[in-house]
Amino acid sequence: MVIDKVRKINEKEETRTKNVKAADMMIGKWVKCDQCKEIIYKEDLHKNLSVCPNCGKHFRLSARRRIKQIADEGTFEEIGKEILTQDPLNFEGYLKKVQSLKEKTKIEEAVKCGICEIEGNRTVLAVMDGNFLMGSMGEAVGERITVAIEKAIEEKLPLVIFCVSGGARMQEGIVSLMQMAKTSAAVKKLNEAGLLYITILTDPTTGGVTASFASLGDIILAEPKALIGFAGPRVIEQTIRQKLPEGFQSSEFLLEHGFIDKIVERKDMKSTIAKLIELHK
Amino acid sequence: MSKITAWDRVLLARKADRPKACEYINEIFEDFIELHGDRCYGDDKAIIGGIATLNKIPVTVIGEQKGKNAKENIERNFGMPNPEGYRKALRLMKQAEKFNRPIITFIDTPGAYPGMGAEERGQGEAIARNIMEMSSLKVPIICIVIGEGSSGGALAIGVGDKVVMLENAIYSILSPEGFASILYKDSSKAKEAAENMKITAKDLKNLKIIDDIIKEPEGGAQEDFEKVIKNIKKYLEKNIKELKSMKVEELLEKRYEKIRNFGKNIN
Repeated sequence: MVIDKVRKINEKEETRTKNVKAADMMIGKWVKCDQCKEIIYKEDLHKNLSVCPNCGKHFRLSARRRIKQIADEGTFEEIGKEILTQDPLNFEGYLKKVQSLKEKTKIEEAVKCGICEIEGNRTVLAVMDGNFLMGSMGEAVGERITVAIEKAIEEKLPLVIFCVSGGARMQEGIVSLMQMAKTSAAVKKLNEAGLLYITILTDPTTGGVTASFASLGDIILAEPKALIGFAGPRVIEQTIRQKLPEGFQSSEFLLEHGFIDKIVERKDMKSTIAKLIELHK
Repeated sequence: MSKITAWDRVLLARKADRPKACEYINEIFEDFIELHGDRCYGDDKAIIGGIATLNKIPVTVIGEQKGKNAKENIERNFGMPNPEGYRKALRLMKQAEKFNRPIITFIDTPGAYPGMGAEERGQGEAIARNIMEMSSLKVPIICIVIGEGSSGGALAIGVGDKVVMLENAIYSILSPEGFASILYKDSSKAKEAAENMKITAKDLKNLKIIDDIIKEPEGGAQEDFEKVIKNIKKYLEKNIKELKSMKVEELLEKRYEKIRNFGKNIN
């Protein structure tokens, strides 16, 4: 009986929400999957690791949710939290924008790093967050990633980085570009120390992050159907003056062209990472 | 002379008759032998490289090559390398390391080529690998931005013990036009963007991104090319000598320290 009532309410809600714009729905309890167009109850989506129960589309994840999915419960200890956005170019309005974003999203920067256990394996974990200026890399992101790499070297731990990024942070100009050098040089040190480095490319990973630490993992995994590339699709289309074929720069495309090792679904991600770490012990 | 704005320098850096990489290579060095191909896919004409001598010392030289006219530019893809260009550069740099030759690179590009083939062949991976490897090559590396240094396409041959700029060269995260279209949603605001982006040699020196500035004659390098060649040659001779006298460990330590501090000590 109760179930019927709930269903009725849900149905009512569904017809109502079907008429509401997708953006409005994000604030509410329902989300529309932009792949299969199915209306999903938000809680169901989160219970399903933010993967559409209908078509398997992997929704974008905040760093907080990602860490919850990957790190063993209660083991994540954040590092580099004190490293915050600077304004190297004195770019008008930048710090203000960052500040209001921080208040709105409760996120401090576009990456969160720490030490945690993954199925009991102590690991340095860095997770980028697309909700913060599209996961763009400025000085603070570069520094946090570098500090995480140094921590891995210092404690002889494996390093796992989940990437999501629109590229370098424009508002920090050339200083952002140099973060590519800083992070990549640190990865070199990690390599010299013989430590395992796994990167996971998620939707979207582009620009300066693709052209630095994201592409330098010993093992490079990707979530299904993520957009991964150096130049963004729009820039390419403008350059070649034609539409890109369906699936261009998708994880599947990169796998076919030999640039990633494996596509892993979210439900298997933690166990796959744990297994890889165990194989390198 | 009245004050030169950042936008003036953008125009100067892109001037068609501004000397390009191969002119510098031919004038600064002797016995340049060009070497081709990345041994994986092809030979990218947007990047030239080879062996030469500088006062009888063998060196490896690499440069991003723009054209001076439409025909040359088409041949050189407007100085926008594909992954095979960066992989050729890396191959030659590894060769330099094997034979203990200093490396000198000339940077002049509107950016890495954003084409379909470039993506299929791993533009991001190619750039990332170059940057990583250059951070620890066991020979001295000097990088000179001679014109336009734009984005990862410039950085991919731009990590070294000394990174220097010609006085009127620019070095930026992307073109002022691209920057304006992203941040101001209006690419016609490129002029304004150029002033705010901090892209001139002086700006980058202040930000500790580059080590030195090499003087140009008034009006730009094309006005008195001989003088510019003399200035670069002098700079290279002095610095290669100094870098060569350092122990490898010291060289690499200093290079890493510089890279590690990018973005620190500012303001």
